[in-house]
This record gives sequence, C-alpha cells and structure tokens, in this order.
Amino acid sequence: MTQRFRLPSGGIVDRTQPIAFEFDGTRYEGYAGDTLASALLANGVHLVGRSFKYHRPRGIFSAGTEEPNALVQLGVGANTEPNTRATTTPLRDGLVAAPQNCWPSVRFDVGRMADVLSPILPAGFYYKTFKWPASPKWWMRYEHFIRRAAGMGHAAREPDPARYDHQYAHCDVLVVGAGAAGLAAARRAAESGASVIVCQQSPRWAMQFGDGNAAVDAVAPARWIDDASTALAASPDVTLLANTTAFGYYDANLVGAIERRADDGASSPRQRLWMIRAKAVVLASGALERGIAYANNDLPGTMLAGSAAIYARRYGVRVGTRAVVFTNNDSAYAAALALHDAGVDVAAIVDARDEGAVARRTDERLRAANIPVHGNALVMAAHGNDRVSRVDVTSHAGQRIASIDCDVVAVSGGYSPTVHLFSQARGRLRYDTRTASFVPDRSPMAIVTAGAVNGYCSARTAIDEGAAAADEALALAGSETVHGGRRSARDVGAPQAAPFDGEARLRVEPLWSVPAPRGAKCFVDLQNDVTVRDVELARSEGYQAVEHLKRYTTLGMGTDQGKTSNVAGIGLMARALDVPLDVVGTTTFRPPYTPVTLGALPGIHHGAHVEPVRRSAMHDWHAAHGARFVDAGLWKRPHSYPRPGESEDDAANREARNVRENAGIVDVSTLGKIELQGRDVAEFLNRVYINRWDNLQVGRCRYGVMLREDGIVRDDGTTSRLDTTHYLMTTTTANAGAIMQTIERLLSIDWPDLDVYATSVTEQWAAAAVSGPKSRDVLARVVDIDVSNEGFPFLAVAPCNVRIAQGTIPARLFRMSYSGELAYEVHVPADRGREMWEAVLAAGEPFGIMPYGTEAMSTLRIEKGHVVIGSEIDGRTTAFDLGMEKLVNPNKWCIGKPLLARPALTSPDRWQLVGLCAESGERVPRGAKIVADPDAPAPVPMHGHVTSWCYSPNVGAWIALALVSRGRERHGEKVWAVSPLANEKVQVTIQAPVFIDPAGERLRG
Amino acid sequence: MMLIPCPWCGPRDQIEFTYGGDATVRRPASDAPEPEWVDYVYLRDNPCGPLDELWYHGAGCRSWFHVLRDTRTHEVLASAAIGEPFAPGEG
Ligand SMILES: [Zn+2]
Repeated sequence: MTQRFRLPSGGIVDRTQPIAFEFDGTRYEGYAGDTLASALLANGVHLVGRSFKYHRPRGIFSAGTEEPNALVQLGVGANTEPNTRATTTPLRDGLVAAPQNCWPSVRFDVGRMADVLSPILPAGFYYKTFKWPASPKWWMRYEHFIRRAAGMGHAAREPDPARYDHQYAHCDVLVVGAGAAGLAAARRAAESGASVIVCQQSPRWAMQFGDGNAAVDAVAPARWIDDASTALAASPDVTLLANTTAFGYYDANLVGAIERRADDGASSPRQRLWMIRAKAVVLASGALERGIAYANNDLPGTMLAGSAAIYARRYGVRVGTRAVVFTNNDSAYAAALALHDAGVDVAAIVDARDEGAVARRTDERLRAANIPVHGNALVMAAHGNDRVSRVDVTSHAGQRIASIDCDVVAVSGGYSPTVHLFSQARGRLRYDTRTASFVPDRSPMAIVTAGAVNGYCSARTAIDEGAAAADEALALAGSETVHGGRRSARDVGAPQAAPFDGEARLRVEPLWSVPAPRGAKCFVDLQNDVTVRDVELARSEGYQAVEHLKRYTTLGMGTDQGKTSNVAGIGLMARALDVPLDVVGTTTFRPPYTPVTLGALPGIHHGAHVEPVRRSAMHDWHAAHGARFVDAGLWKRPHSYPRPGESEDDAANREARNVRENAGIVDVSTLGKIELQGRDVAEFLNRVYINRWDNLQVGRCRYGVMLREDGIVRDDGTTSRLDTTHYLMTTTTANAGAIMQTIERLLSIDWPDLDVYATSVTEQWAAAAVSGPKSRDVLARVVDIDVSNEGFPFLAVAPCNVRIAQGTIPARLFRMSYSGELAYEVHVPADRGREMWEAVLAAGEPFGIMPYGTEAMSTLRIEKGHVVIGSEIDGRTTAFDLGMEKLVNPNKWCIGKPLLARPALTSPDRWQLVGLCAESGERVPRGAKIVADPDAPAPVPMHGHVTSWCYSPNVGAWIALALVSRGRERHGEKVWAVSPLANEKVQVTIQAPVFIDPAGERLRG
Repeated sequence: MMLIPCPWCGPRDQIEFTYGGDATVRRPASDAPEPEWVDYVYLRDNPCGPLDELWYHGAGCRSWFHVLRDTRTHEVLASAAIGEPFAPGEG
C-alpha cells in the first residue's frame, strides 16, 4: 500500500496529481506539491542515508534548508547532483534519487564498522595521524580508510547539459525572505512607490505562517498571505522571486541569489544567478530550529519538532505512529498538538523545564488531547536499530522516570536566527538570553532585520517589525549616504508587545546536551558526526577558540554549515569553559548560505563564451586559405598555411624560407596602435622610451624600448612621426591594453602639463607586413608612391594609396623590418583590410609571394635575434642583458632609468642574450637549461636557459636564443642544452644572437 | 563587489575598473638620489582606514581618478576627478 502515512486531507499537496519517483531502487508515489522528503515520509521511509564518518543510519531530520542528514544523489548520468537535500527538492515525475555514503545498500552497509571502531576515531583524528610516531605504512592504511569513508556522493562525469543564466538587478529595497515579516515589509515598501525585489527560497509565500498558525487581527493566515501577495503582484515596481535563495551579502549591498527554475534539466535555464544591488536590504530570513544532544539522537525517526508539525500541516503526512516530544521551550507544544491532530499518538511531552508541569495543569488542549507531560525531565537515550523504537526518560539527576515505546522523537532545542547575511554585512551579533540565540545587533551597512531573525516571535510581531523595517529601509535608501549605522528593528530594551490571540512564546531554557551513558554517542553536528565528547576533547586538548573548535572537530563544516548545530557547539564550549556564550562568540558566516551549483557561477560564460574572440579584418581570407590558427591573447592569428599533405612545421619552414628568397606577407593587425597628438609628443616619448625622440623627423619611424619603473624592460615597438604634432606608436600585441593604460595615467596624473592626447586605434587599422628581397617589386606594383631605396629609405613613413581592381584604398606605408629582410608595413582602415591583402598578393604573384604565419615569423625573428615579450623580455631582463644598452640615451631621463645602475642590474654575472646553434643537426629540446656538463651529479649548476628555439631552414640547423650567465664573453664555447623532463640533451655552440645577415645589409638595401 | 563612483560615469561595478594604488605617491625629481627612487618604486604604506587611491575606468570612460576608500571595510567614502577635491561618494 502506497502513502500509508498520508492524511486524507490537508496541506498544500494536490491529491489528484500522483507523481511516481524512485529512491534507492524502489518505486514510490507522492503528490504534486511534495518535496522528496515529504513523499518518502508519506511512504513511511525514514532511513535515507548513512552518516559521513561512522556510517550510522540516518533519517530525515528537518523540513528545509537546514537538513543535515537527508542528502541524496539526485538524478543519473550527466544530470546527477550529489548532496542534494531531500527536504528542499520538489518532487517531480520520474525523479530518481539514491542514498549516499553506503555500500552495498543503505540497509546493509559495510562501512558501519567505522561506528564499531569509533574509539580510535576521535576529534582531530585526521590531524593526529600526521603526528603519531607511526610508520608510513600505517599512514597509508589510515588514508585509505579515511578516503573510503569520506564519500559524500559523486559529481557527474559528463559535462553539465543544463543552461545557467545571470541577471543583474537594482532596486530601492531588497526583501530577503517572504514570511510574515518579509511580506509585510515588501508590501509597505511597495506602497511607498519604491522599487522592490522580494526573494523567497520556498516555492510559496509565507509557507511557515500558513502552516496553521493562529489568525492575525481576526484574519486567517491564508487570507492575509493571499491579500499581501496579490497586492505585491499587482505593483508595477515589485519583482517577486520564488524558489530563490539569497546566499551571500557582498560589498555595497550587493546580494547574490540563486533562482531554481527547473531541476529536471529540460527547461532552460535551469538556474539563474541574480546579483542584486539594493539601496537597502530588509532581512527577514527567519530562524531555524535546533536539536538537543542525547544518546543516539541520530536514529531515524528523530526529527525537529517544528519540522514534524510542518510535515503534518503542510504536506498532510504523519511522520510516525507514536511520538515522544522532547523540548526545552514552548514551541514544541504546538508541534505536539499538530502531530496529535494528524493522528500521531503523542505518548508524552518530555520538558526539561519546570514549565512542563505548569503546562500540564493549565493547557486545556493538552488535557483534551490527553497528552502526558513530564516536567523537569530529559530524554536520556533512544534505542533502536534502523529506526527509533524506545526512549528512556529520566530526571536531570539521571533517575529513571519512564521508558516509552515510540517510532518518532520530535525534539526542539530552541531556535537559531538565520543571521548569515546580516553577519556577512559586517553585522555584529549579540547573544540574547531570552531566546537563547545570537541575534542581529548592529551593521554599518544599509540592512534592517525583521521577524524571527531578531529572535523567535509571533506572526503579529513579525508583521509589525516587517512594516517598521520597510520604513527604516526606505529612509536608508533615500538618504544621501547608505552607510548609516542601523540596528535591528526590534528595540531590545522595550518590553515585548502585549500578547494577543496566538501570541507565540518560546520561554527557552538552554539545554545543549543531556548527560550520556558511558560509551553512548550524543551528536551535536549530525552531518559531520561530531559528538558532545568531541567538543569536550577539543577543549581539553587546548582548542578553546571557537574557530579552532570548528576546524579541529569539523563542527559546522558540512554542506549544511552547521545550521542546526553551531549554536549548540558554542553552548557546549561555553559550558566546558564555564563562560557565557557571548565570550565564546560565533564562527564566521561565510557565503554561500546554501550550496550553489558551480554551473550557475559561470552562467553562459563557459566553452566558447569564456572570453571574446578578436579576429583581424583578414581572418576570413586566412580561414579560406587553410590557415591553422593560434591564440594570441584574445586574437586568433594564423600559425601557418599548410598545403594539402604538408605538416604545419613543413609549412612554416617553407614560408620562412620563401621570405628570405622571394617575398612573404603576414597579418600584423594585432599589434597595439596608439595615436599620439599634441605639441609635446616628442618630449613625452623621450620620457617613456630609453632612446632619443626629439630628433625624429616627419616621415620617419624609430624602434623604441620601454622600461618598467624598476628598470626592467617592459615593451618594445616602433613609433612613427606622421606629421609635426601627430605620431603613431605601436606596442606588442600582448601589452597593447596595459601600455595604453599607463599612457593615460602618465598624461592625466604625472604630467598633466604635457600637451599630448592619446587614443587607441588598434582596431581601426588593418596591417600587413610584406617582407623579402622582392618586396619592393611587389609594393611598386600596388602603391602609388616611389618605393625606391632613395625615394623611400629604411625607416621611412608616408601616406599612400593601395591600388585595387577598382579604385584605391588610402593607406600608410612604413619601411620597417622584423624579419631582417627588405620589408614594409601597409596599414589601411580596418574595413579595407581584406581588399588590401588580396591586392598585395595579386601584385606579388609573379614574384612568388606567399602568406606566412606566426610560426614562420618567429623563425625569422629568432634568426635575427629579435627579442619578444614573454620569451626574452621576461620581466627579469634589462636592456643590457638583451644587448640594447646602446639604445639607452645617456643625456636624458626616462622611466626606469634611475634604478638601472643598481649593482644587481649591472653585475657581470647576469644572464645575457646569446645565440645557440646545434651543429650536429639535433633538436634543441623544449624548455632546455644550459649546463656545462649534462652528466654531472645533481644539483647540476645552471648557466642559463633557452628562451626561443626553432629549426632554421635558412641556417639548416636547430638554433636558439638563450639567456646565459656572462654569455657575451662566451661566444664560441660549447655547452649543453638539456631537458631532464623530456630526457633530451644536445651540445650547442654559443654565438652572437644573430644567424642571418649580421651586418644588417638586407633590410637597408 | 565594490560599487565605485566614477566621477564621469557614476557608480559602477568594480569589475569595470583597474586598481592603481596609493595616489599620494609622487615620482621623485629626475635627479633624486637612488634611495628616493627605491622608496618610490618599492615601498608602500599600508594604512588602516581611509586611503586616497587611484582607479582606472578601463571598461568605461578610460579615465584615472581618485577614490577615498576605507581599507578596513571597502567602504568608498568619496571619489574625485584628477585635480578636483573629493566629493561624497554615491557608492
Ligand atoms: Zn568612467
């Protein structure tokens, strides 16, 4: 018979909509509106998992986000998700869930022996294994055991097929929590015309308030909720977010929230991450019930009293047949009556206070229900195997009062306010003895608290506080600065509001644990299997600070973050130290409040959407002509253009050889381009480059090197003087953005007196370099100016037009060379880039022109010893190291120059740029180190390392650039380039870092 | 994530900005002795409380400007364009 424990009526479930689901291989049925937990309980299933450390059987403990036990593996395949709380998982058709931490099954679990071995698994066990003077063999055994035992479900092995979304939002007032207080606050704020966002983690508004609470001002809860939510839904400036958990509070009132939209993965997006910037926040996050530690308080059938009542009222589920209620406060009496109304035989209320005796005499409903109350009594221990079957009731002194058969223990140790977001908002907490809980005190942020987060309260109080909090939030939102100091809306000094019909009282007397029989386990933190004894042991071993206690015992470190256990842990520590709870204090409430699916954090920003792609104007031509692309920052650059049957290496070698023999064209659009204009550009360049600029004539360009403030080489490039007050600077592709930023800073902060204006034009111009002995012949056919050596000498710059099939393209022509050959650069407006590229190729066809990629470009520059960012310019090298000391103008100051003379930067032992040639024809290994003797015993003295290496088709050998200690003195010396990682070595000869045309005649010819 | 009041663009998320460090540090005269340069390049105060610092709005107006930020709380107390006095922040 299915759903044996379902009541015939009542609650929010729809009994006309049965839903089939599977748990631990068995098929069950529930109803629409159920959670997985309520549906399991309706079927009488309490045992849902095994505990983390001792593999003890565990049942459903709560009805909400605080759940420590009922964590299940939800779904299968790519959609599976571990550690999902059954208590917050909406039931849906075809849902498949499995218990965790058990093998082979939840009923028969081999790991249960951990419970038997528990005397050797005390608090801090993991840390102690490092300290024990045991042999490594022992550690291996422990480790295997620990890892095996510490399974908490498993992540999917396939990529997550679900889609996730991000949404940014702004509002005057953000209301977190839509219980009675939150709804009242939202309504008041909306009535004032403010823009309001309300987020509520459950699917319905004010669920707890609607669970059969007493009427407020003669209005039934259902009606009140209906009125409030209808009014809010009709307000134009109100956004209502159900199924949305505010999980973190960040700087300047930024609240992160996760909206669960469709957990079946079918709808899209599955979840939405909200980043809400609120002028003020009303925190109405309520309070969570906590347990009491007694022997075997973890047996399935043990449940928070309020949660047991929620299952009865909200879901129409009897959580058992015979219950014992154990409490230290008044709230459990209402829960006992709810269980009674649901047909559960409430065998007794065990009340640790004197109040129990009072209640028995005075409460008519208890008398009518014939529920016996034991005052001044404790549940000393529970018994049972996979379900509680009996409890022992004793006096505080341990004298036996009764032994009661039952299958449910409904326990209430009081309520802990959900202060997480308040604490994250740098809010101070205060221990409130009246509610035995930590409540909000003051926050410097624009956050106001209302309702049970200020301490357990009635619906009437919550509603009043909600409205008052809205007023205060509106004042904060409207004020000049939102950083006013504010306290919680409840005036802690004033007497509580006068009781009215249904006024809830707590009258809690703190009780964290019950004296346990020898050897029995009394759990404080159910998820992490932390017992009362663990806390006492930590204290006796000197871990007395609350943060140390947490880490040593792992109390509160589970996926539930100790929502039902932290305050009890603090209480136990306070008792052990004999100090008030205030003195112990709380641990830090770090975000997220509840686990956030990792996929929601990147949202759509994964795969191809991680970062934007930059393509040059000629990209499509490259792709159409077989280019293999390589990433250069965000850019896609052609690596090489392999022909059919040709490898990439062969293609690059062919391309590099063709540049030296005929002509090649390469896309250099990615270079950073910065236009500089103004009267003082030359002076500015003098200050940022190591070389001299005030003598650069119009129509000329020059190579320049920039230093960091500490004297290390930062970047290089050319700058051209296009007109009297008009210059164009180029930077490396990698540094384009950073150099622009530095220029802006220098011009606005350091040297505002200079008449210089800078703007980035990287994307406005497409650029191609045409190199090779025949490049002049090529250019002569395609540009409309004289390109002879006399008319357009090395380092000349001129405007020109590029002839295309129909008409011309305005262009800038530069005579500069990176390859060491006669070479030019052609810049045209970006949208004409492809026309220019194709025109040059057509003009070059009779001369054997070929496009070449970054690989050939790299080979050509290594052959010439030209340094690049990231290889030779590695953030450690000086101009001297790189052989550029002659560029440093002695007669002027520039950035980085004052510190160049420091001894460490001028030491003769520094690593200096050299060339290496492997005459044997063998390959220079990747990432090679330079050593004198590769067979010397380790550690082998290192003389330097290879920075760039390639096969040179023009030299006919493997060559490299390297930084070698005293390298310049060592030309001709034979050393070894070794890679212990690749187990490769090759003998190389040190030489000057130039392999082709050392006199530099080609580029000037 | 801090809300940084750009003097030109108004309050914007921190991700649009680059940090520029202590704004009170001044580059020494070009002929200053080496220890002054070492101090300028390497040594920074780490004040507890309000700090006048520079930020760059790279994803916005591309301006550098001053932010007065409390290093203990990330509270932005004021911002100012270069050469202007601090005005109360809107962040
Ligand atoms: Zn801006």
